[in-house]
Order: sequence, then structure tokens, then C-alpha cells
Amino acid sequence: MNEQQFLEYVQAGGQVEADDWMPEEYRARLIKFIEMHGNSELMGVLPEREWILRAPTLQRKLALTAKVQDEVGHSQLIYRVVEDLGKPRRQCLDDLVSGRSKFHNVFHYPTRTWGDVGVIAWLVDAAAIISQKALLKCSYAPYARIMKKICWEESFHILHGRDVVLTMMNGTDEQRELVQEAVTRWWPPLMQFHGNPIPPDDDPVVRWRIKTQGNEEARQQFLDGYVPQIRELGLAVPDPKLRKRDDGVWEYTEPDWDELRSVVTGHGPRTAERLEFRRVSREETEWVRRVMLAEAA
Amino acid sequence: MSVYEVFRQERKGVAFEHAGSVVAPDEGFARAYAHEQYGRRGESAALWVVPREAVLEVEDFVDELGRNYHRVDGYSLKAKLAEARGRAGTATASRDR
Repeated sequence: MNEQQFLEYVQAGGQVEADDWMPEEYRARLIKFIEMHGNSELMGVLPEREWILRAPTLQRKLALTAKVQDEVGHSQLIYRVVEDLGKPRRQCLDDLVSGRSKFHNVFHYPTRTWGDVGVIAWLVDAAAIISQKALLKCSYAPYARIMKKICWEESFHILHGRDVVLTMMNGTDEQRELVQEAVTRWWPPLMQFHGNPIPPDDDPVVRWRIKTQGNEEARQQFLDGYVPQIRELGLAVPDPKLRKRDDGVWEYTEPDWDELRSVVTGHGPRTAERLEFRRVSREETEWVRRVMLAEAA
Repeated sequence: MSVYEVFRQERKGVAFEHAGSVVAPDEGFARAYAHEQYGRRGESAALWVVPREAVLEVEDFVDELGRNYHRVDGYSLKAKLAEARGRAGTATASRDR
């Protein structure tokens, strides 16, 4: 099989296994894309971890702890896939803490209040599951297979987030205010989340069928699914231009793509602090790995 | 460190399906990692954890002669059945049924 035949094979919906031949470009794109996903799962727990001790009830503390554990579990599954493609996990972690690789924009921002925790678990996870569901048809089969488990867990994370938000919306004015502030704060990063609207044909990740959905298609799906759910609670979406046209397409204020670029290249408000936390905790737990591996050897 | 393939059974009675793999220094760790990563939330009834090199792969099933007599697509009965019904005079009756 040559590169052209391979491309035609994946474009026709064909799937590839770890030990199949693949073009170098395909392998490199897979590693970069999947590694960023793994990084995002691992970094994505930090904004929520900060609230485990401050969660309002024991039930919420347990639920949040379980969610954090799930997301770390996802990063383990995903790094394993990257490892099989040729990049060891240790190197992924080195590149992450030294800022050589990226993670999703939404995990570079602070979690100011308990309202943010609810909105992250509800809407950030909702945006993420739209991308992840499209990966169930990924041309790289080992990645598509673990996505089944990940989507299954994400679906109850969304319910957990929605439950936090609904509880607050049924509470006091002050609680409702916290949720509204969080929606207002998170809306711009949420609109940037699926990336700028490059035509799917020009996106190499779509061309190789690593992703099967264009950026704009994912954003439209998010707006269609969640704007009505936000509004029905009496919450306002902070975009005066947001409206659904008669042909079903959502119009919105152009997201700030410069901000997105700057944030994901390591200049977000919490980037440095969170990478430093990751670096320190990795150092502090090094002895555990050493002892356990020595014991197993 | 070795790679162990993980197969999971969603509930008793159904087939095991390949789920993913773990890297572990020995079988004890492989079991623990598989348990954590593929059964932590009660999503599996059982797991098979197998060293990757123990999996024997057989592929390349070439059907050189295009033998279709042992598959359902080798039997297209529609036209023959219509003809047989026509001959027996039951064509209308069988449509009404």
C-alpha cells in the first residue's frame, strides 16, 4: 500500500490498527492530536481539583473526586495509545511540563467560584463530548475504541455539572448570580473551544479521517444543543449577536482567535502556575514509582 | 515493562471485546492497572489481561475462487421464487398473506 492508497482507504471509512503500515505524516499527525487530547485530560483536572476541599457537601466532594479520577484515567488510556504509536509516556509528560506540547484552551483559565465548577462540568464537558463523539469514527481504531469508554464517562460528568447548576438556580439570588457570572466568564473560551472555522477539506486532521467533523460543524452542534438549555433556566448568553437563522444556522460574534492562539501557546492566565504544579507533583511522586518498580523487578 | 492487552466483558454471557492495553512491570501491576482503567466504575463483568506477545494473529483470508456458495449472498432466490409461484399459480395468494 502506498500513501495515496492509504489516504483513499481511510477516506472511505477504513480503519487502521497499531501494527498496520501507515505513512509517516499520518503517524505524526496522530501523535500530535492524541497527545494534546491526553494532555488536556490531565491538565483538565486541575481547575476542578482546586474545589474538592471547598465543595459544599460531602456528596459533591465525592462526585468531584470521582470526576477528577475519571479524567486522569482518560489521560492514562490516551497516553497508552500515543505510546503504541512510538512516543513514550515519559516523553509526553516531559514535553507537557516544559511547554513544548499543548493542551485545550479552557484549562488555562482560573476557576473562581463554585458556579464555575458547575459550568465547567456542564458546558465544557458538553463541548468536549461533541468532539469526542465524532472521534468514535476515527480512522485509527485503537483510539476510536477507547473513546467509547471515555464518552460513556463524560456523559455522566455532564449530568453532574447540570445537577450542580440546577441546584444553584433553584437556590438563592446570590447563587443564581454566581452561575450567571460563570456563564458570562466561560462563554468566550467555549466559543473558541472547537477552533477557528477552517473548511474541513483544508484541515489535514480531517483529511486523514482522524477527526470526522469540521470545527464549525462541532460549534454549531454545541450551540444547537446547549443555548436553549442555558436560556430555559433564565440565564443570559453574553453575545448580543447570537441568533438562530431560519435555515437553522447559528450566527454569533466572531470569537477572539488571537486570544485562543495566545492561550494555547502557553500564555493563558493560569498556564504557568498549572504546569508548575504538574512539574512539582511529578517530582514529589517520583520516589513512589521508583519503589514500586524496584519491587516489581 | 511489558504491554498487556485488555479484553472486557460488559456483562455475563456476552463476548469479550478488545478494550485497550496497559503497560506494566509484571502481572500483578497489569491486573491492577486493567482493573482501575477498565472496570473502576462497574462497567465490566470481567476482564482478560493477556501479554501482547501471547496473542497469535491470523489474517489474510483471501477468497481466490470467489466461492459464494457458503454465504447467504450466494443465494438470490427472488427471481426463481417468483417464477415458481407463477408456475404454481400462487403468486397472488402469497402476496396477500
